[in-house]
Amino acid sequence: MSNPIFLIIQREFLSRVRKKTFILVTLIGPLAFAALMIVPGLLASMPEDNKRIVVLDEPSLLLPHEGKEQYTLEYLDPRENDLELAKDLLRDSEYDALLYIPSGENWDPDFIKNNILLFGKEDPSMELQGYLDYLLEEQINQAKLLKNGVDPEIVAQIKTNVNIKSFTLGEEGNDEQSAVPIKMALGYITGMLIYFFIFFYSVQVMRGVMEEKSSRIVEVIISSVRPYQLMMGKILGIGLVGVLQFIIWIGLSGVLYTVISTLIFPELFAEQAAAGIAGNPAADTVGLEVMDMLRSVNFTTIITGFAFYFFGGYFLYSALFAAVGSAVDQEADSQQFMLPVTIPMILAIITAMNVIQEPNGSLAFWMSMIPLTSPITMMIRLPFGIPLWEVFLSGAILVATFFIVVGLAGKIYRVGILMYGKKVTWKELFKWLKY
Amino acid sequence: MITAKKVTKEYSAKRALDAVDLCIPKGSIYGLLGPNGAGKTSFIRIMNQITAPDHGDVYFGAELLRPIDIARIGYLPEERGLYKKMKVGEQVLYLARLKGLTTNEAKSKAKEWFERLEMTGWWDKKVEDLSKGMAQKVQFVTTVLHEPELLIFDEPFTGFDPINTNLIKNEIKRLNENGATVIFSTHRMESVEEICDHIGLIDNGKVMIEGNLLEIRKHYKDGTFAFTTRTSISDWGKHEVLSQKEDPMGYRTVLKAVAFPKDLVISLSQKEALVAFEEVLPTVNDIFIEIVKNGPKPWNHE
Repeated sequence: MSNPIFLIIQREFLSRVRKKTFILVTLIGPLAFAALMIVPGLLASMPEDNKRIVVLDEPSLLLPHEGKEQYTLEYLDPRENDLELAKDLLRDSEYDALLYIPSGENWDPDFIKNNILLFGKEDPSMELQGYLDYLLEEQINQAKLLKNGVDPEIVAQIKTNVNIKSFTLGEEGNDEQSAVPIKMALGYITGMLIYFFIFFYSVQVMRGVMEEKSSRIVEVIISSVRPYQLMMGKILGIGLVGVLQFIIWIGLSGVLYTVISTLIFPELFAEQAAAGIAGNPAADTVGLEVMDMLRSVNFTTIITGFAFYFFGGYFLYSALFAAVGSAVDQEADSQQFMLPVTIPMILAIITAMNVIQEPNGSLAFWMSMIPLTSPITMMIRLPFGIPLWEVFLSGAILVATFFIVVGLAGKIYRVGILMYGKKVTWKELFKWLKY
Repeated sequence: MITAKKVTKEYSAKRALDAVDLCIPKGSIYGLLGPNGAGKTSFIRIMNQITAPDHGDVYFGAELLRPIDIARIGYLPEERGLYKKMKVGEQVLYLARLKGLTTNEAKSKAKEWFERLEMTGWWDKKVEDLSKGMAQKVQFVTTVLHEPELLIFDEPFTGFDPINTNLIKNEIKRLNENGATVIFSTHRMESVEEICDHIGLIDNGKVMIEGNLLEIRKHYKDGTFAFTTRTSISDWGKHEVLSQKEDPMGYRTVLKAVAFPKDLVISLSQKEALVAFEEVLPTVNDIFIEIVKNGPKPWNHE
């Protein structure tokens, strides 16, 4: 006789994998992911709407600056126009905005900077304002320098851009270049992914439990297998669905990315690559730095960590969700139990930014020890290189908690699945633990 | 087949089963009777090892109930259902394999049952596309497919339509004739009276009476007799008349006699007024009410 738990895993797995929605989500997932990677690049490369700005520049501060691609600056002759005329012109013409720079008395830069006006047919965009601010500041600065007898050329030479290269102290003298931005991004993305997947699959466990309860098949099943076996079979079966989905996603994303980058937009990617290798010197160093940073990230640790914390977190939460699902008759009733269960996860997401900024702080440490938040918080911290003992301690706590929680959840589950037509309270749930 | 010794089960405040002793003979059709909340389902769940008793032991045959015995039991719970999105055939196979059958065994047995109950052609249908009556048949098949030695039906005839009820009653009788022990649990005592040979009456977690149904009914006979006469007779002397009504054969009068009404039978026959005469055995329902009111009647074996 084969172990019934394998039969349950098999059914849970197959019944989900064969669903149309699974196939759809699994295939569309990477498409969406690929789109996420491709679309921003595509959008950036698209020509934007050109805005024409008419400038009444009394002190000739900007003249003859023509603006940049999106913003064309065109000048009115201050001898023939004043502000009112210019406004009328804006109203009746195709110009999008009017920039008015008054000269005031003596062309005093401090007077000018406080009295520049911008009129738009619609609200002028933040971007346009920012661009004009930048242009004007530059010009006014120069005017001030000239007024004080300083050559702007000298100032430009003096201006220094400090670029600190930071390193993590290696053990045998080979210090690694630290790669904080990449690590931050990596930590944040993997942390969010863990959160999303734990939640996604745990809710499926809860739904499955509720389906069996509401369709009343559960008593038939548990007269053949132990309730604990049914619960674990469900958790493992759905976990396997997750694994399969991951593998397909990763594979398909890779294939899609390659296909799109080599076939559909070859020139776009070639451009990027060329810029990185031989283009302007600035792009060159940035590209190399990113490469260096990526090399300093330990991907084996991150992938292993991701797998471990995904499963650890998923098992822990799915057991809790299974208990919740068993205790209620309808999904609507599950809210009161779900909220307290999910609060730790939400907390981990809320504190993600603080953890990223200080991955070795005490908040980060404790959140990555508490088993309900550790899958997310530790995942965020992992790219920054965490002392091994912390990782093992957090992992051990997670596993130990999992066994305790599964035991308790199993007790609630055992009673809950046979309890119908009763709105369950927290007090009652605790009583079930003692049955 | 099943012997329970001093089985006790408590749920927080309530004692669902209180030192229950029951003996379900091999090959019997046993009625586990009692009102709602008496403890029937609690006892059934213990037999199915869904829950364990707090105290006491349950024997399956001569040995203590073991986890492996689950494969020898077929259980149709009161709350029944199937996976709605699953195909009928897959579902039947799945449930049979959970009971320890191999896929091939399950397949060939399922084919047999599907033919017997005229269900061929349902194999690839989803349960949600079946009518209620059809789903009930599927449910029945999943209960008996693994040829259990013990069949437990909890409130078997609620929710079944009359045609299915009849069909299933006959199938159950056939299974019983082939050697299966059958337990019916119900609060509708009259529904199993004709089919059960043994009963156990439970109330408030306690066994009120248990044994052979006929013996119990004989034990509880209370001097009720029914006379069917050609014409309506109003004078029944010292006997208390319980009911009187016209029936196809004449007038049926039920009365309570102090002793066997020999003189009445003789005098009515002499007048050629008597069509039929019988002693009325109490129904299970009557017995139950009697016990709840006055407590069990002691057995004084002569």
